[in-house]
Amino acid sequence: MNHRLALAAADMMNPVSGAEILVNGVAALCDPLGALYLPADECLVVSDLHLEKGAAFARRGMMLPPYDTLATLNLLSAVIARYDPKIVISLGDNFHDRRGSQLMPEEFRAMIRTLASGREIIWINGNHDPDGVFDLPGRSADELVLSGLVFRHEPSLISGRGEVAGHLHPSATVSRRGRYVRRACFATDGQRLVMPAFGVLSGGLDLRHKAMHGLFDRSALTAHLLGRDRIYSVRFSGLIG
Amino acid sequence: MGGSDQPQIAWTKYPVVKPLLIRAPPITLRRVDTNLAETPNSLPDLLPRPFQKWFAEKGWVPRAHQMELLARATAGENMLLIAPTGAGKTLAGFLPSLTDLTRRGKVPPGSAFVGVHTLYISPLKALAVDIERNLMKPVSEMGLPVSIENRTGDTPQSKRQRQRLSPPDILLTTPEQLALLLANGEADRFFRDLRYVVLDELHSLVTSKRGHLLSLGLARLRRHAPALRSIGLSATVSDPQDLQRWLVPQGDSPAPPAGLVHVTGGAAPDISIMTTEERIPWSGHVATYAIPAVYEEIKKHKTTLIFVNTRFQAELLFQELWTINEDSLPIALHHGSLDVSQRRKVEAAMSANRLRAVVATSTLDMGLDWGDVDLVVHVGAPKGASRLAQRIGRSNHRMDEPSKAILVPANRFEVMECQAALDANYLGAQDTPPVGEGALDVLAQHVLGMACAEPFDALALYEEVRSASPYAGLSWEMFERIVDFVATGGYALRTYERYARIRRTKDGRWRVSNPQVAQQYRMNLGTIVEDTELNVRLVKRNQLGSLGRGGLSLGKVEEYFLEQLVQGDTFLFSGKVLRFEGIRENECLVTNAFSMDPKIPAYAGGRFPLSTYLADQVRAMLADPSRWHVLPDQVRDWLALQTEKSMLPRRDELLIETFPRGNRFFLVAYCFEGRLAHQTLGMLLTRRLERAGARPLGFVANDYALAIWSLNDMGEMIDSGRLSLADLFDEDMLGDDLEAWLAESYMLKRSFRSCAVISGLIERRHPGKEKTGRQVTVSTDLIYDVLRSHEPDHILLEATRRDAASGLLDIGRLGAMLARIKGHVIHRPLDRVSPLAVPVMLEIGREPVAGEGDFVLEEAAEELIAEAMG
Repeated sequence: MNHRLALAAADMMNPVSGAEILVNGVAALCDPLGALYLPADECLVVSDLHLEKGAAFARRGMMLPPYDTLATLNLLSAVIARYDPKIVISLGDNFHDRRGSQLMPEEFRAMIRTLASGREIIWINGNHDPDGVFDLPGRSADELVLSGLVFRHEPSLISGRGEVAGHLHPSATVSRRGRYVRRACFATDGQRLVMPAFGVLSGGLDLRHKAMHGLFDRSALTAHLLGRDRIYSVRFSGLIG
Repeated sequence: MGGSDQPQIAWTKYPVVKPLLIRAPPITLRRVDTNLAETPNSLPDLLPRPFQKWFAEKGWVPRAHQMELLARATAGENMLLIAPTGAGKTLAGFLPSLTDLTRRGKVPPGSAFVGVHTLYISPLKALAVDIERNLMKPVSEMGLPVSIENRTGDTPQSKRQRQRLSPPDILLTTPEQLALLLANGEADRFFRDLRYVVLDELHSLVTSKRGHLLSLGLARLRRHAPALRSIGLSATVSDPQDLQRWLVPQGDSPAPPAGLVHVTGGAAPDISIMTTEERIPWSGHVATYAIPAVYEEIKKHKTTLIFVNTRFQAELLFQELWTINEDSLPIALHHGSLDVSQRRKVEAAMSANRLRAVVATSTLDMGLDWGDVDLVVHVGAPKGASRLAQRIGRSNHRMDEPSKAILVPANRFEVMECQAALDANYLGAQDTPPVGEGALDVLAQHVLGMACAEPFDALALYEEVRSASPYAGLSWEMFERIVDFVATGGYALRTYERYARIRRTKDGRWRVSNPQVAQQYRMNLGTIVEDTELNVRLVKRNQLGSLGRGGLSLGKVEEYFLEQLVQGDTFLFSGKVLRFEGIRENECLVTNAFSMDPKIPAYAGGRFPLSTYLADQVRAMLADPSRWHVLPDQVRDWLALQTEKSMLPRRDELLIETFPRGNRFFLVAYCFEGRLAHQTLGMLLTRRLERAGARPLGFVANDYALAIWSLNDMGEMIDSGRLSLADLFDEDMLGDDLEAWLAESYMLKRSFRSCAVISGLIERRHPGKEKTGRQVTVSTDLIYDVLRSHEPDHILLEATRRDAASGLLDIGRLGAMLARIKGHVIHRPLDRVSPLAVPVMLEIGREPVAGEGDFVLEEAAEELIAEAMG
């Protein structure tokens, strides 16, 4: 089974080892569940939850399992419990389509209300859900600036200094002795950071894909791949495309 | 008249010219009504005048089996005709409907609508087209009042439209097109006059999901046209009764099985095993050692057909042959991944007798006429006796001469396998797979299609479905779950009611919710799910070093193979060594490489498992030294050496050898159950050995044996009683261990993907959004994970497990083996590797070893650390 789902089902308090990194000089921790923690601000960042993706497909006649929202929220609960952050930023594509947040069943709303209690939730708007969220705790915004970092959904092509973005669902492939492993990853060259997708039904796009071109200084680019209980950090030159 | 020898006179009395569609060696006549066969003048009752005249003009006589089939089908029987490839089966299949149509006469213009009279279903589009051409000739020569058309995926929309309004008398089509026609609201009008369904190459259809879809279509046709008669045409199979039942309604009151006409081949084929002075290798599948000898045979014959089991073998063999082709003989390559236009070119050159040899995979097993082939060479073991027989049937369509074939074993085990297959061919043994239980994903597709046609009553549809032989055992509860799945996905969490695709109306019948559902069904119908494939295009670099546009399209490769390549890697494809340049849009760009040592396409498909029958024959041969005299000296010496150093198991025994090598300990099990079953067994045994404290590190499997290696001495553990072989090989491994392993299995994810697509959970194409494979918006692997963790009993997971049990994992076969060897496991501890173990030991390092993925990551991360520290 997918290791993130297995973890969501198992005891969440297992010790994990994240990767400590600097983004534009700001200290951050990459968690193996796919969330970023900024200790100075007690802020947790997740990206591309794509909630209600199953339902969005069902509306078009493809009956995907209706369990993705629950599974993603379970993972989110787990990672929030691990850090108990004051602020939670969801970096856009919070829902898979525009109608998602409006049509979401009440039980999932209740879960989100519980998660949000005692902390600030910021929903950054994404391309899938540009209109913000409906009837949920927290605030919507297109961008957020916090302690020298700017948080937005789509990476800007002009200047990436100090930017934390999502949208691209980066993943990377590592090969050793004829075997291949592909995992979602955090991608950073120290200037900017692109987050892995947090939603359980969100696939990945290889770091070598042309959509990633021009975003990073490749000589400084490192992929922090999500492992079972730790992050594996591999230089761009050590990946395969 | 009487006596079975008499009809032979009829053969000699009339000059025998190669007749239309009859291209087989002489037929042994069986159960012949001699009155029919003796002279054309006594045929009036069955053959209308134009037919008699035509036969007489040509100086031909209808064959006995053709007349028997005609007589019995005309009398109202459903029929099965089993005959060797090319024995005039097709004409036989059409005679009942051609004669019936001739008697009916032309439908006068202005008459009321008349539906289609005869349906011909073939597994290949090309075959439907070929048949139309071949059938039109005699029909026009006889001036019969019969219209014939084909309908395939390539038929233009306007022609399809016209066919619906004014159907031809005979419609030639494929299982998919039939499903489309049946899902139409006008299906009843279109099919109510149907008299005959002719099902060609039935043996190859029935064992696949396409066959399941077809069986459901046939059940529906019978509802539209109760008087319908089915005529199945098949190559020789192991159990004709399976097919005889398949052709008629099953369920609570099954109809009598279809009548059987069985034509056996004439002269026994001349098959030999190639002998060379070269050393026969221990392992491998390519038979490089024999290539000069194969080349000599090509030179000696007019046209040679060279069969191999995989595309990889085809590529390599083709290249090797050209390396030594000093005479520049026209030698071609043909396999399923090549571009269609290239394949057509080869086929055309072949039927025009312009080629001296073709290297081919199973794409040529079926179907079309192949010019004057006078030799079939089979490289690698045939893996099944029936497959060998069918492939040999390709050679020699001239009368009175036996087919000639040479088997080329690629390694020493294959020598025995070839010998066993050769014995079987003389014995006439058959080992075609049985007709399996109907797949659930196919049923889901069919149920949606039936709702698209017209609202259905669940109970009536259930009875209809059970009349199809693969679904005869379907339970009502399972059928209800399928309907629920089609409606809302069949989840325990019922949140999709408002999005339902089919709904129950007030009168209790199920109908589609809106017209888009039917449109989606039509766009996604079918049961063939390929791995995503990318077109390979050969481009050139210009002086500036950038890649040009355009260039020759070479065929398709699976995407997963390309994912492993980086720019500059070379691989063998379409008979060329190519350099991978990158992927542009949906194409893989390559340039000519001038390297001789390519990375090689690692295709997933195409490797047949060793058939159960042949496996048993090989075990029998091993156990019986008196049968060794037919084997080459090298192989005999090898077996004798094994007896001396270790032992050979009896036919019913499982031999286990253990020995140390390097700093590892090895356990080799000689199961002879084929690679798929061995891989599954390897996965399960390593889990058990792990628990027993043996610290296993990996395993490798071939068709004959399985080798596992570990850090601890498994031989010593067995001897001291700490490890019990009986427990290790107990059947209960197919319970929890299997379940636990399946959770991680890549192969199960592949099965799931195919089920998800066929059942309609995932669309291949969406109206308005023509998706290419690369832009799939949701990964079936992720869906699989979510489903497994939240609803492990979901019907699609059940369907996946059933598929895997019979297909990729061969669990059924593994189960049978574990039951067979109970109490017959022998352990032989050795100091060193035994002669029999060498082949499987040589596989180590040749194929990737399974294990946990995080391993690879760890190593990569350590390199980064080392780099940082250095």
